[in-house]
Amino acid sequence: MKSHEVTLKCHKIVGGYGEGQALVSHEPICFYLTDPKTGIVREKGHELAGKSVAGKVLVFPSGKASSVVQIDGLFKLAQHNVAPKALIVKDVETVLVVSAFIAKIPLVDRMEKDPFQAIHTGTMIKVDAEKGKVMLIMRE
Amino acid sequence: MLEGESGKGTQKAMELLVAIGDAYDAPKMIPISRAHAASSGQEGDLYFVELLADGGARCKVPTSTNPVYDIPYFHRTFEGIPEDEAAVARRVMEAYRRVGAILSWSCLPYLSENIPLYGETVAFSESSATPYVNSVIGATTNREAAQSALASGVIGKTPLYGLHIKENRKGTHLVKVEATLKDEFDYTLLGYYVGKRLGYGIPVLTGLVKRPSTEELINFCAMSNVSGAISMFHMPGFTVETSTVEEAFQGGKPQDTMTVSNRDLENACEELQTTSGKIDFVMLGCPHYTLRQIEQAAKLLKGKKIRAGVGFWICTSGTTRLLAERNGYVQTIERAGGHVVVDTCIDEPCWIAYRGMTGMTDSPKCAYYRRFKEAMVGRLADCVEAAVKGRHQ
Repeated sequence: MKSHEVTLKCHKIVGGYGEGQALVSHEPICFYLTDPKTGIVREKGHELAGKSVAGKVLVFPSGKASSVVQIDGLFKLAQHNVAPKALIVKDVETVLVVSAFIAKIPLVDRMEKDPFQAIHTGTMIKVDAEKGKVMLIMRE
Repeated sequence: MLEGESGKGTQKAMELLVAIGDAYDAPKMIPISRAHAASSGQEGDLYFVELLADGGARCKVPTSTNPVYDIPYFHRTFEGIPEDEAAVARRVMEAYRRVGAILSWSCLPYLSENIPLYGETVAFSESSATPYVNSVIGATTNREAAQSALASGVIGKTPLYGLHIKENRKGTHLVKVEATLKDEFDYTLLGYYVGKRLGYGIPVLTGLVKRPSTEELINFCAMSNVSGAISMFHMPGFTVETSTVEEAFQGGKPQDTMTVSNRDLENACEELQTTSGKIDFVMLGCPHYTLRQIEQAAKLLKGKKIRAGVGFWICTSGTTRLLAERNGYVQTIERAGGHVVVDTCIDEPCWIAYRGMTGMTDSPKCAYYRRFKEAMVGRLADCVEAAVKGRHQ
């Protein structure tokens, strides 16, 4: 199957490089409410409930919940090797910056196109936070 | 500092502050006078505080700490606390000592151990602390994480962004309170409901008929910053920065208006109950109980006996327990079969004995984080009655 790459500019917050399949959540995410050993979202009623964030490029509007649990949640996923490979967000806040910094996961925002329009669950994505670039692999 | 000339720990702290500054396009760093790190006995926390402590970092301004758990007490009292988790807690508490923090182990440091004044620039993490410091005291802080607050405590600075800028402190939503607020539990429900409805923003609350008490404000802060991310609010006439609604919106218009009725709060309360009937324990003090709340619990328990097999726990700070003991409240609670514990958060491995059991609490935050199998949420008087009877409704 043919594919081409679409490169979009973004703004680096926490540096690094990560690639994987996109997983899009329209709802904010609390990483504490995922299973630390599998990365499966276990928050009742959440749009991603039952799905795993492991190895994905996670696209979501923002973080939520108290700082203590959010940071520990993402850190534990990273320790068990089931964290997302990169985070693309719309509204960044301090707790999310700290979470990504501690877990050493690239975090970007201000994509030049609305990430919820441009990215769908399953799209292959490369995030080069250092260069401020998001690359989408589009299948034809 | 980024080059590491002040040591590896200070360098890491600075790197984090720079990342946060980048996220918000902060033009510069500004000095802070104090910080509160929402420490926890968890691995993410351990990683960062040890990184700083091992790298020789020391707090430059007074920096207080959140509860973890009273390690000697719990290991004496309960069996089966996982040794690996206990080791994390021990190391966290030791590392905060090494970085030179104030070892308050309290989630209400703004009441006794580390009190900002009006107009101070600070970095306060912790659910209730951030909105309380901004709204009730009128110092300025962003919604910090334990690590960013600790980093600021070590550097003595924070990036200039967010709530440190006056125009960002204006109201976003008008909240017309039509509900009758009788006590602090109603403020708990109000905070829970407003946080959940807004998610994010600076609510301006009108319709309050009397000045809210310290405890009512604490509960509103804690709950609205857990069900949502409310770092600041205005109650014109009652909170310090604004005396009128117009002032609260800085001459602008609210993005949206909502009302809160008695019915809304009843429904919110209903939504929090996952079961009814028999209980295994009651857990109070999330956020930590104040002296007045411990006094109320003691009055309600006076001459009563908590049913055998039902745990009754109140979490508070070491400072508050000392006073509660001096006033005889702790003794009354203990005579009834209850316990008042210090330095401890409800979300710690020390509570493993209650895992999978059914509890009752006056705090939706407690019910949300404590991974109860089933939870009932009600006012203090109902929690006490349930503890005595061994069941609720």
